[in-house]
Amino acid sequence: MSTKILLSLICLWPLAALAEAGCELRGTGDLGVVVERASGSLEFIETTHDRLRGRVEGLGDLSHASVVYSRDGRYAYVFGRDGGLTQVDLLCRRVVKRVMQAGNSIGGAISQDGRLVAVSNYEPGGVRIFDARTLDPVAEIPAEYAPGRRSKTVGLVDAPGNRFVFSLWDAGEIWVADMGDPAHPRVRRFKGIGKQPYDGLITPDGRYYIAGLFGEDGMALLDLWNLDAGVRRILPHYGRGEQRLPVYKMPHLEGWAVAGRRAFVPAVGHHEVLVVDTDDWSLAGRIPVYGQPVFVMARPDGRQVWVNFAFPDNDTVQVIDTRDMRIVKTLKPGRAVLHMEFEPRGEAVWLSVRDRDLIQVYDTATLGLVKELPARKPSGIFLTDRAARTGL
Amino acid sequence: MRPCVRSGMAFAAILGFTLTVQAAGPSPERQRYLDDLLHEDCGACHGMTLKGGLGPALLPQRLRRYPRAFLRATILQGRPGTPMPPWRPFLSDADVDWILDRLLGVMKP
Ligand code: HEC
Repeated sequence: MSTKILLSLICLWPLAALAEAGCELRGTGDLGVVVERASGSLEFIETTHDRLRGRVEGLGDLSHASVVYSRDGRYAYVFGRDGGLTQVDLLCRRVVKRVMQAGNSIGGAISQDGRLVAVSNYEPGGVRIFDARTLDPVAEIPAEYAPGRRSKTVGLVDAPGNRFVFSLWDAGEIWVADMGDPAHPRVRRFKGIGKQPYDGLITPDGRYYIAGLFGEDGMALLDLWNLDAGVRRILPHYGRGEQRLPVYKMPHLEGWAVAGRRAFVPAVGHHEVLVVDTDDWSLAGRIPVYGQPVFVMARPDGRQVWVNFAFPDNDTVQVIDTRDMRIVKTLKPGRAVLHMEFEPRGEAVWLSVRDRDLIQVYDTATLGLVKELPARKPSGIFLTDRAARTGL
Repeated sequence: MRPCVRSGMAFAAILGFTLTVQAAGPSPERQRYLDDLLHEDCGACHGMTLKGGLGPALLPQRLRRYPRAFLRATILQGRPGTPMPPWRPFLSDADVDWILDRLLGVMKP
């Protein structure tokens, strides 16, 4: 055999191996997954033709599950409610690894350098850190805020400088963990940030971490470029002393819904979306909406903001035009719209409609329904463009 | 204005509903609805399998320590100062009894 043939055989071998194992040779830029919470499965989706690509099962209790991606966009890390952490291959459509890392968890993050995956836990409260390749444990940060007392941790995000930032529900604190030496995280604590932080987000530039408060009106803002300045309270008293309505589902802060210098966040216990002026962090407006917002998401160009709602108003989605802060459309996709995900350039948005066992795709220009796809009790939808975005 | 109208309507609907089924307990259809509500909407805080989340686990071992009336009051009135909301606007007494039977393991799921 000539060297040439031999060489080409060697070069082709990995390809053949891929094909053999039922894997595909393609990019992952138009791929994603939908969590099917009741059946513990993931549905693979593709946004170029708006279609399903099969499912993988056996991921445990996926209620409230969230997903982050490896930096190459090939692997999804799935954080299940039961404490399961699963690495899923989008090209081979199978589980690569799965570990049970805690009793009860709530979301995770991947580090700036892509090497570490962090999981936020309710029980026992704290953050655990794993090697992204092997899922071997690397470090643990118990959220012990007083001797023997551990807090549930929420709002975990990655931040520049290979840091993780999260909030302590029970203690009202924000912790910044520097992962410079992965086995020995250096933690800086910020106390007294406000009562019961329920979730957190980081701005896309990685500069500001913002925790939403459940136990009082307002949000806590930390400038990660200037930790010495400490935490600052923003939007205090946005409820204007009005009676808060009971909250049947906690809002989520995911990504930063921003248009120009205005950002949009859910009001807790009010049928309103709050508008924040990002120059001075003041309250710039309040938009009355159909119910209590759960997700407030901006189309990538910032022209529209889409909002879904808590029980009993979770059959509805509203679209706000950010030029004049007016609601331009009220959609009724069906009971239990749980999540919304924009395609990377914003021309379409994917919705999960749990109780109708449906995924819907809407054209964001016409606001018309373009596709319906079957899924089993779908909840979170996660596209691979998150791989390159801080905080997602 | 609109929310008032809506909750008013919900209240009226529940009143009408309560009058018709209270004696017999929830209809099979209502039971299916309650079962969904328990795992999905209560589950949003207590975990879909009710093993706990932001709110505590709602498993019989834990709940049997409490008097039934106390649990009924917790569900109907909520617990002020905590995230546990009042379910009175959406659930009748019969509904809550059915849910408690489920939670306490009186009735097999
Ligand atoms: C928005 C979150 C939330 C939702 C939704 C919710 N709960 Fe709760 N629930 C809580 C929290 C938090 C507690 C703990 C309150 C405390 O600290 O005393 C609680 C406590 C309870 C308790 C008392 C348990 C104990 O050990 O003290 C019961 C029973 C209960 N919930 C039932 C329900 C039922 C039934 C539903 C649905 C109809 C429901 N909950 C929906 C948050 C919630």
